Amino acid sequence: MNKLQGFELLEPGYWQLFIEFWSFVDVNATWVLVGTVLLGISASVIGSFAFLRKRSLMGDALAHAALPGVMIAFILFQTNSPLVMFFGAIFSSFMGLFLMSWLPKNTKIKPDAAMAITLSFFFALGMMLLSYIQGLEIAGKSGLDKMLFGQAAAMLPSDLYLLSFVAVTILITVIIFFQKFRLIAFNLVYAQALGFNMVLYETILAILIVTSVVIGLQIVGVVLMAAVLLTPVAAARFWSKNLSTMLFTAGVIGGVSGLISANISYMAPAMPTGPWMVVVLSVLFILSFLFAPERGLFSNLNKQHKLRLKVREENILRTLYVLNERTLQPANQEIQLNYSFSLEDIMKSRSVGLGELQQTLKRLCVKGLIVNMPSQQIDIKLSERGMDQAIDLTIRHRLWENYLTQKVNIDAEDVHGQAEKVEHLLTEEQTQQIEQELINQSTKDPHGKLIPVSRKIKKELSHDS
Amino acid sequence: MKNSPLVVKHINMRYQHNPVLTDVSFSIPEAKTIAIVGPNGSGKSTLLKGIMGLEPLMSGAAVFFGDSLDKKRLAVAYVPQREESDWDFPINVMDVVLMGRHGQLKFWQRPTSTDKKIAEQALEQVSMLNFKARQINELSGGQQQRVFLARALAQQASLYLMDEPFAGVDVTTEKAIINLFAELKAKNKTIVCVHHDLNTVGEYFDWVILINARLIAVGSAEEVLTVENLNKTYGGRLSLLNDLTERLYRTNLDKVHDE
Repeated sequence: MNKLQGFELLEPGYWQLFIEFWSFVDVNATWVLVGTVLLGISASVIGSFAFLRKRSLMGDALAHAALPGVMIAFILFQTNSPLVMFFGAIFSSFMGLFLMSWLPKNTKIKPDAAMAITLSFFFALGMMLLSYIQGLEIAGKSGLDKMLFGQAAAMLPSDLYLLSFVAVTILITVIIFFQKFRLIAFNLVYAQALGFNMVLYETILAILIVTSVVIGLQIVGVVLMAAVLLTPVAAARFWSKNLSTMLFTAGVIGGVSGLISANISYMAPAMPTGPWMVVVLSVLFILSFLFAPERGLFSNLNKQHKLRLKVREENILRTLYVLNERTLQPANQEIQLNYSFSLEDIMKSRSVGLGELQQTLKRLCVKGLIVNMPSQQIDIKLSERGMDQAIDLTIRHRLWENYLTQKVNIDAEDVHGQAEKVEHLLTEEQTQQIEQELINQSTKDPHGKLIPVSRKIKKELSHDS
Repeated sequence: MKNSPLVVKHINMRYQHNPVLTDVSFSIPEAKTIAIVGPNGSGKSTLLKGIMGLEPLMSGAAVFFGDSLDKKRLAVAYVPQREESDWDFPINVMDVVLMGRHGQLKFWQRPTSTDKKIAEQALEQVSMLNFKARQINELSGGQQQRVFLARALAQQASLYLMDEPFAGVDVTTEKAIINLFAELKAKNKTIVCVHHDLNTVGEYFDWVILINARLIAVGSAEEVLTVENLNKTYGGRLSLLNDLTERLYRTNLDKVHDE
């Protein structure tokens, strides 16, 4: 009994409705689910192209521009049949689109201002007509105010058939035109240079965006439609670098938001669906932003943390190299790196906190780069592999200093700081490139210190001979 | 010049009411490298865009191999300025190069395995084949430029129009482009480049077109690159020509004056 109490704290009806919804006994509710999911998918896929072409706000303006068309169609034909509403909305959306592109071309008004003007003018007109209709005695007017924020549960099967048909058509069209749309979105000028029929492609894109906005009116509403077009692709950018998988991810995100919203709309029919859908999408966006692998915030922080640890370790290896170098070395021979040093020695030549140093040494020890750490921590000594790495780091550091003085003409006193950073980044390939580019291949760095010879190369040489 | 790959006839271009190019005419020889040279804002890139029909012409025309551009599309490849593209776009190198094949593909068609071979060959020509699976945002500026060149090569055109291919590229890329020019010339192809670096014009190009809002000189590099011509090119615009052409546009004189 105790376990069930959690559920009973909820309104008892909700749980029952939830089960009812997912057992698909209510045919109408199932259609609402199908329609909402399809809308979520198609709007996010076509919205992606608007997003990539940096025309994100266009969907918002087009959705608002659809409102007066719906109202006028209702007044003229005195019916709320889906097709009449659909074509009314399409017509007025296109009027809005036309106005938005006509204004910047023929006046001094810039595109963003034209969009804002169009959006508010059409929306105001729609709201005026809506309040006018509220005073009329026509059957079916009650559904019209749902266009503002959407109400999925109130939709009729006939609405949903049309919606599903249009959504599937949009998806198929995008699949057919995918390659051309991608080319246009990436490089419009090049598409024109190839002789693309731009009027055709632009018209198709516009029709797809307008229709997906229009079928979303009853579910999401004019006010929030833009979020369904754009939030999924914005979230999908964190997950993928490839356009097809990105579109797929955006579609899934849009579909999931539709699914959850349809469910909520069934459980609480009085609540508008649009805000729910947008909140769900925003949550998915935040989750993507935080947790997406490679591009998410936490992944980035983790990468940075790993880099920080690597830099600390490499810095200690470098310090040990320099300390060895300062110790009495046999003349004209390969540098000996097998001296031992204490924590104080290291801290004297590199500013590092004791705790941080101890942790770094522990990691170096685990990696086998320094010889086992004794308890008193007085003789810290490079292992063979540690020596190899210390030598390579020193080569990179000193070569970069030479590169900066010889090629970039920076004073020898100023190069150390930069080399201190670049030594952690240079790849083997780039190091070789520097060696080739330096004309006088000096064996010394600008401060007169010897550039060691990498042991890997030495080993290869000895193998060859 | 018979069979010239490109003849430009009396091109006039403007930006709003400001004249950008006034009455530019020339024709170019086949199988040569040709540079369009002039100071910043002289209308070099605009001329190239006008020729390609990417910016409107006030008057005049460009004739390709004796025909209009629409009839010779497949023979002409255009390389836009690198900075004008969105290099953050989610696409990899191979897919960008395959775009070069889309002039020949219908709207529903996908690139075939032949197209892919052509694209790979083009990447090989600019030594970028190893990068074919890379995302374009991971490339250096020079590598981006080479990808754009490969895309144009994949078109297998006869005339290449390039907008500043040498701008901001590294030594490796510069050498790759020079080698590519030689290869293309050997195959009887013609290359027209907008070029900004006077030091290298004579070395890289056979022919030079000097412009500064008007045509100053056109011909072989030795003939054209004289002190006198360069002084004219870099000595600023002709103020009277500029002012009166602007008046012409502002007053819409064309509409009230009989031809």
